[in-house]
Amino acid sequence: MLRYFLRKLFVYGLTFVLAVTIDWSIPHLMPGNPVLTLMGRIQIQDPKVAQQLYAHYMRAFNLDLPLWKQYWYFWVSLFHGDLGTSILQFPSSVTSIIVHAAPYTLGLLIPAILLSWYAGNKVGALAARRKVLDNTVLPLGYALTATPYMWLAIILSWTLAVIWRVFPVGYGYDPTATRGFTWAFIGSLAYHWFLPFMSLFLVSFGGWAIGMRNMIIYELESDYAHYLGALGAPQRLIRKYAFRNAMLPQITGLALSLGTILGGALVTEIVFSYPGLGYQIYRAITNEDYFVIQGIFLFIIIGVLVANFLIDIAYLIVDPRTRTGMMAGGGS
Amino acid sequence: MSLHVEDLRVYYRTLAGDVKALDGVSFDVADGEIMGLAGESGCGKSTLGKGLIRLDGRMRYVGGHVVLDGEELPIWDDAAMNDFRFRHVSIVPQYAMSALNPTRKIGRMIHELLRTRGASGNGVQQELERRLELVGLGPDVLGLYPIELSGGMKQRVVMVISTLLDPSLLIADEITSALDVSTQKAVAQTLVEFRDRGFVKSTIVITHDIAVLFQVADTILVMYAGKLAEKAPAEEIVSSPRHPYTRLLISSLPEVGVRHAEQELHGIPGRPPSLLDPPTGCRFRDRCPLATDRCLQEPPWVEEDGRGIACWEAAPVAPAAPSVLVEAR
Amino acid sequence: MSSAPPTALAAPADTPQLKALGGPKPMSSLREAVHFALGNRKLVFGISVTVAMLLFAIVGPLLASHAPLAYGGDLAAAPTTHDGYWFGTTLQGQDVFSQFVNGLRLAFIVGALGGGIAAGIGMLVGFTAGYRGGVVDEVLNMLTNVVLVIPTFALLLVIASYLRVRGIMTESVFIGFTSWPWAARALRAQTFSLVSRDFVDLARLSGRSSWKIIFREIAPNMSSYLFMMFILLFGGAILIAATLDFIGLGPSNTISLGMMMQLSVQNAALQLHLWWWFLPPGLAIMAIVGSLYVMNVGLDEVFNPKLREM
Repeated sequence: MLRYFLRKLFVYGLTFVLAVTIDWSIPHLMPGNPVLTLMGRIQIQDPKVAQQLYAHYMRAFNLDLPLWKQYWYFWVSLFHGDLGTSILQFPSSVTSIIVHAAPYTLGLLIPAILLSWYAGNKVGALAARRKVLDNTVLPLGYALTATPYMWLAIILSWTLAVIWRVFPVGYGYDPTATRGFTWAFIGSLAYHWFLPFMSLFLVSFGGWAIGMRNMIIYELESDYAHYLGALGAPQRLIRKYAFRNAMLPQITGLALSLGTILGGALVTEIVFSYPGLGYQIYRAITNEDYFVIQGIFLFIIIGVLVANFLIDIAYLIVDPRTRTGMMAGGGS
Repeated sequence: MSLHVEDLRVYYRTLAGDVKALDGVSFDVADGEIMGLAGESGCGKSTLGKGLIRLDGRMRYVGGHVVLDGEELPIWDDAAMNDFRFRHVSIVPQYAMSALNPTRKIGRMIHELLRTRGASGNGVQQELERRLELVGLGPDVLGLYPIELSGGMKQRVVMVISTLLDPSLLIADEITSALDVSTQKAVAQTLVEFRDRGFVKSTIVITHDIAVLFQVADTILVMYAGKLAEKAPAEEIVSSPRHPYTRLLISSLPEVGVRHAEQELHGIPGRPPSLLDPPTGCRFRDRCPLATDRCLQEPPWVEEDGRGIACWEAAPVAPAAPSVLVEAR
Repeated sequence: MSSAPPTALAAPADTPQLKALGGPKPMSSLREAVHFALGNRKLVFGISVTVAMLLFAIVGPLLASHAPLAYGGDLAAAPTTHDGYWFGTTLQGQDVFSQFVNGLRLAFIVGALGGGIAAGIGMLVGFTAGYRGGVVDEVLNMLTNVVLVIPTFALLLVIASYLRVRGIMTESVFIGFTSWPWAARALRAQTFSLVSRDFVDLARLSGRSSWKIIFREIAPNMSSYLFMMFILLFGGAILIAATLDFIGLGPSNTISLGMMMQLSVQNAALQLHLWWWFLPPGLAIMAIVGSLYVMNVGLDEVFNPKLREM
């Protein structure tokens, strides 16, 4: 078991280092002095602001230092939580932007991931049992999983928010509401949260339902299922085993799907102008706010690595074979 | 009479039609008898074995009767058969090595299985441990996951599980096929021991390996293309086979110590007929060296003095070359 | 957007889910395969829709009356037969039909190229790891795991945002280089199971070089599997590209389906009810990717006799 974790941690550590390195190196890979190029893209009228920014960039990039020292300082500032300053939203620091935007994104992602996984698995398992249900679930599932996230967001927004004004068209909460821990405000948050959440939920749900259905069918065809059947065990025992065994690859699948649903969350936020990380990244890209892009990227990386680690722990708990240490090859 | 099978027919549904895998088979197995069922791939022996306990997939019951201990087995009715499974008819499957749920401790799985079959309790638990010990496994095996056991160990565990409720009929389907020779011997001996101790009454051992049958079986039944070819006590099948197919089968077995230069090894030329649209008459006639025009008509199954045969041209008694098997016995 | 296909097909290689995809299939006769193929409704449906869209993508631009980026039409006009603006115009007066068929073309290019590159890398890594085993396998495994864990979408985001001019080729290459891990995993497992088979041992004994063995003995047995994998990568590439385009990282100087959606949202097409602008692009993607997935299921039934419906 220790081996299992050590392997995982090693991969995650390696990945993190790699990601940070990529993040650092990209501006340096561009031809020319990256700072001047950056400055050239920003049309700052006020010379004082321009000077401040230039000094900041030079400091940030440490361009006067040898490369390895620059790299080192990048790591140092990372550990100090200094991710730079936003150009567009100057003088807000990138960290503060992230801190304000992350709760919205996590508020969408975590319920969407967990609920779609749970519901998808349940429905998929049911569909594997009843042919009638299967005939609706299967095409629906395929249709949903083939839908681009932003398109479903567009459709939901257009139909439910623009045509039939059941839900608000965008933003995290009613701009005219007073912020604070009041029921009215929380209600407003929830009201604005619903459509983006639904959009993410539905697309993921499709994929999980199909996956689980196929897995259950596969498990029901396995040797142990046949043996139990031959010995007269009731269907519910066989189904119970099949379900448990089918869950295992669904858990690892959760880790694989993180990247997908992350992208989905980003574009959904754009459609709904929902003030999360996706929205911030979108603004950063259209306005060439590089520090914000870099900072959010690092935040995402950390988040994904943490999530992967949690999933690995969950898998360890659920699959007894990993605990005996008999699984070779570090199955993830 | 423990098991009585009469004119059993089980076909496989396919897109192209019905494959007549088991096409009218009748035999009896007495209490305490170990009957071997031999034949090449596709002869119907596995279909017979599976059909007696659970029709699955594309298998379709077409006709015939199976009577066990005087009671008819409703093999066409999956739900009704459940009362008989495990308690009266049991099986050690071909895939015994993967027959255990990989994510459950063995003891726990057995316990859950027994509970759903209404057979849990201290008495059964003790019996389980006793029998495990009999096959050379300690009770600590129950606390392990299947992945922690070797192939032979898993095989033995499955054998113990399948016979735990002392079934009247045990079907052993190719249980030695995936094992090395020494383990084969151990497993075969376990079968005999179970019978000797009264854990099972009648046993049907299905295999393509006649050598194994010779070690354990009292009678051997040879099948070909969905029908019975010959039945006789084990020793007689090997020393004096009458059906041309059996004779070719026996003589195609290699002998220890005999070199190819001295005596060539012959297979049986040709291939078994398609069971989708089987030929009329005797199904072996296309490959049979003794075939005549009479064989265009299907030969009846004739039983006499404990020997049965379905052949027009079978010699009365035609000994094959003395087989080393006989000498080894 | 999907950097990995639906979980039905995306599980790591060393799980039984892979087996659900079916292992290497016996090489049944081509005629038999074609017969079953034509009888399989899902396959026929999937192929028909995909081919229809492909034809549309090829022929469409020839039928368009205006260049995709050209202005000149009425602003935000609904679809009409007048003047060739069959899908209406954008808020700026551009021809939606022309943009649509242009985007279709780009989608197929990205799918083929991105999917192809991912398949290629996946095969390279998977075959080598599965065939060689040992240290090579360990190293490749580590590499696969790292690329797998990195949220490649975020990575693409960062890289693409720094590029001034982006082309469809660059986009495809990026996508190809980041979506191969699950394919490599899957192929590695399949190769493992084949490598232990006798005919491979025979080939080894006969002194064939490793790559020859891989291409002559192992790959042909997996051909159906490889094809299905390519289809999934194809669909996935289209989804990823659309998402990237939507965020604003699409190819410069042209219009893709994702970009159409982006521009429509940016220009408040939802509020203005310019449905002809944002509906067709998403529908097209859904149609292509969906039919690819359905095709995949059908193919599996054709190649894996056990799944064939009665």
